[in-house]
Amino acid sequence: MPSPYRFSLNHHTWQFASLAELMAKATPLRSGDQLAGLAAVSAEERVIAQMTLADLPLTEFLNTPLLPYEADDVTRLIIDSHDALAFAPIKHLSVGEFREWLLSDDTSSADLAKARAGITPEMAAAVSKIMRNQDLILVAKKCQVTTAFRNTIGLPNRLSTRLQPNHPTDDLNGIAASILDGLMYGSGDAVIGINPATDNVRQATRLLHMLDDIIQGYQIPTQSCVLTHVTNTLECIEQGAPVDLVFQSIGGTQATNQSFGVELSMLQEAMDAALSLKRGTVGNNVMYFETGQGSSLSANAHHGVDQQTLEARAYAVARQFNPLLVNTVVGFIGPEYLYDGKQITRAGLEDHFCGKLLGLPMGCDVCYTNHAEADQNDMDNLLTLLAAAGCTYFMGIPGADDIMLNYQTTSFHDALYARRLLGLGAAPEFKAWLERMQIMSNASEATLSTQLPIGFSRALARLPSGNRA
Amino acid sequence: MSNKPCIIPNPWQQLKQFTDARIAQGRAGVSLPTRELLAFQLAHARARDAVHTPLNSEALLLELAELARHLPLPKPVLLQSQAQDRQQYLQRPDAGRQLTEQSIQLLIQQSSPKTEAFRLAIAVVDGLSATAIHTNAIPYLQAFLPALTKQCPDWQLMPISLVEQGRVAIGDDIGTALQADLVVVLIGERPGLSSPDSMGIYLTYAPKRGCTDEQRNCISNIRPGGLSYADATSKLGYLLTQAKQLGLSGVNLKERADETRLESSRTDNFLAVPNHNAVQQ
Repeated sequence: MPSPYRFSLNHHTWQFASLAELMAKATPLRSGDQLAGLAAVSAEERVIAQMTLADLPLTEFLNTPLLPYEADDVTRLIIDSHDALAFAPIKHLSVGEFREWLLSDDTSSADLAKARAGITPEMAAAVSKIMRNQDLILVAKKCQVTTAFRNTIGLPNRLSTRLQPNHPTDDLNGIAASILDGLMYGSGDAVIGINPATDNVRQATRLLHMLDDIIQGYQIPTQSCVLTHVTNTLECIEQGAPVDLVFQSIGGTQATNQSFGVELSMLQEAMDAALSLKRGTVGNNVMYFETGQGSSLSANAHHGVDQQTLEARAYAVARQFNPLLVNTVVGFIGPEYLYDGKQITRAGLEDHFCGKLLGLPMGCDVCYTNHAEADQNDMDNLLTLLAAAGCTYFMGIPGADDIMLNYQTTSFHDALYARRLLGLGAAPEFKAWLERMQIMSNASEATLSTQLPIGFSRALARLPSGNRA
Repeated sequence: MSNKPCIIPNPWQQLKQFTDARIAQGRAGVSLPTRELLAFQLAHARARDAVHTPLNSEALLLELAELARHLPLPKPVLLQSQAQDRQQYLQRPDAGRQLTEQSIQLLIQQSSPKTEAFRLAIAVVDGLSATAIHTNAIPYLQAFLPALTKQCPDWQLMPISLVEQGRVAIGDDIGTALQADLVVVLIGERPGLSSPDSMGIYLTYAPKRGCTDEQRNCISNIRPGGLSYADATSKLGYLLTQAKQLGLSGVNLKERADETRLESSRTDNFLAVPNHNAVQQ
C-alpha cells in the first residue's frame, strides 16, 4: 500500500513512509536529526516534505499518534487532555492554513488563548516547521501567557529574568555576592534559582533557607528555587524547608522522562506538596520546568521522532502542571544536536513559539557551550529576536559566564540592553521594589542608580574589610 | 562635550573575594566597559582552544603505571573510543560512548577470571577537556586510591583504563569487558570560561551498554579552584560503599556524604539580614 504521505511535482512522486518521517524531513536542518539519521537527505527533499506537511489536515495528528498511545504516557496525556471544543474553530484547517490562521488579522490574542487546549504539541511543531523566523516571532508575540507567585510574570511589555547565582562549591558568600550583583542590575523577578554543585537534600535545604532569608529579609517580591531533582525537593518539603517552586527537567517521551528519573505521578505529588505550603502571595503557579531539543536522542529515547517535535511534546507535560516558568536551555546540549549559532537561533525561536502557542510562560536560556560553533554575538542576535517576540524571561548571570555549569548564557547587562532597546519593564511588583530600594531611579528606562542602596551597604559593612567605623 | 567618565564602577568590588563569577564589572550606560568586554573574549578564545587540545596519553600512561606499581595494581591500559578524531567526537557522541573492538579485546585479555571479590574498574577519560585530566587525574588518584584500599581492602581493583576521545558512557563498555561490579569514570568536563580544567567523576553500578544517566551518580567541578581532591575522595568513598551495600547507583542512591557533617547546615552569609529584621525603606 502506498504511503498516504506523498507529493507529486513535475511527474515525480515523493513519498514519506510515516508521519514521523515526514515531520523529521520537514524540519530545518540541525545536527541532532542528522545524528539520529532522520534528517532530509537533500535541501529539495526538505522543502517537498514541508509542502506535503502543509497540505496535511490538523486532524491527522489526532488520528495518527507519533508514539503509540499504549506505550507512551506523554502520548496518553496529549490525547486524553485534548479539548474538542477548543479545537472546533481550527479543526477543518490544514497545517498550511493553520499558519495563515495564526498570522491572520482576524485571529486575536484571545482567539489564540481559546484554541490552546485544542492544539496538540505535534500541531504546533508541524506548523512551526513551515514558518519563517519572522512568523515565529510575530505569532509568539500575539500569544499572551501570564503566571504569578509573589509577582506577576508575562504581562505585555514586560521582560523578566532568572537570577542564576551559581557557585562551583555552593559557597554561600559566593552565591550571595552574585545575588547582590544581580539585584543591583535589576535582575531576579522570574526567580532566584540556584543549580547546586552538590546535589543532595541537605544542601538543597541549606540553600533554600539562605534564599528565603534574603527574599524575606529584603522583602523582595520574587520566588526562590534550588534546581534539584523533584524527589529531592519533595523530601525538602517533607522536612519543612521553605520551597517556593518545584524544579524538574522534562522531555517529550516517557522513556526520556525515565532517563531523568521522573514519572508524571511524581510531578503531581510534588506540585500538590508545594501548593500545600501556600507560599505564593499573588498567585499559585509552583512549578518550574526546563527542556531542550536533543534530550530524547541523548537518552536513546527518541523513537525515530525529530528533536523539535519531541521538544514540543515536553510542553504537553509542562502545561499539565500550570508552571510559573518554563525555559528551553537551547544551546546547552552541545553541537551534536545544534551545531552552530544559526541552528541554535532557529531552535530558540521554534521552542519559544511552540511553548507560547501551547500556553506556557516560555523563557529561554539563550546559551552555548565552548565546543559549539557559536559566540556571544550569536547570543546577542537570539536575545534580540526573542525579546522582540515577547519572550517571558531570560537568564541573568554575572558577565554571562556560569562558573558552575561551564557555559555562557546572558548577563545582567544583556537583560538591561533588551529592556532599554524595546522599552520592556520588569514584573510590576518587582519593578516597584527596584524603585523603592533606589536600585533603579527610572525603571521604565532601565536607568540604574550609581549608589549602593542603604540596605545593601549595611550588608557590605558587615564584611570584615567593610568595618571602617 | 563633558569630561565626565563614561564608566560607572560598582562599589561592591570587595565581593570578588568570594567568587570567580564576573561580578562588579561596572558599566558604560547599561553595557560592559571595554576592558571587561575584551577579557571575556580572551577567555572564550582560550576555552575554544582547550576543547581541541589532545590528551597527552604517553605521559599519563607512565604516571598511571607508576601509581599502579606502588599500590600495587595491575598495569594501566590505553584504549580508544570509536570516534576517530576530535571533529567526529564533537558531532558523534554515540561513537565516543563505545570502545573500538580492538580496545574491548585488549581489556578482556587484561581481565582476570571473575571471583567472589567485588570488582571496581576505574577509567580516566579525556572528555571535552584533556586539560582537566592533565591537571587533576593523577593528583586525585594519588589521594583516592590509598584511601580506597584502606576503606575497602577486600575489593578487587581492575587495571586503570586511559581512554582517548571518550564520553561518560564509555565506562559501561569498560565495566562489561572487565566484568566489573562498579565503574568509576574520571572525565574532563565542558571547559568553562573560568574553569577550562574542571574534572567530573561518574559512578555506575552494574555497568553495561545502554545504561542511562538516572543510573549514575556524579561529582562535579573537581579542580584546584573548585571541589578539593580530599572532599571528592570522601564523597566518592561514601558513594562507592553505599552503592555496593544497596546494589544500585543513580537517583535512588541519594548523596548524603555531606550529611554527617554538622557545619553544612549553616546558612550564614554577608547578605543575610541579622535577627530577621526586614530592611525597611
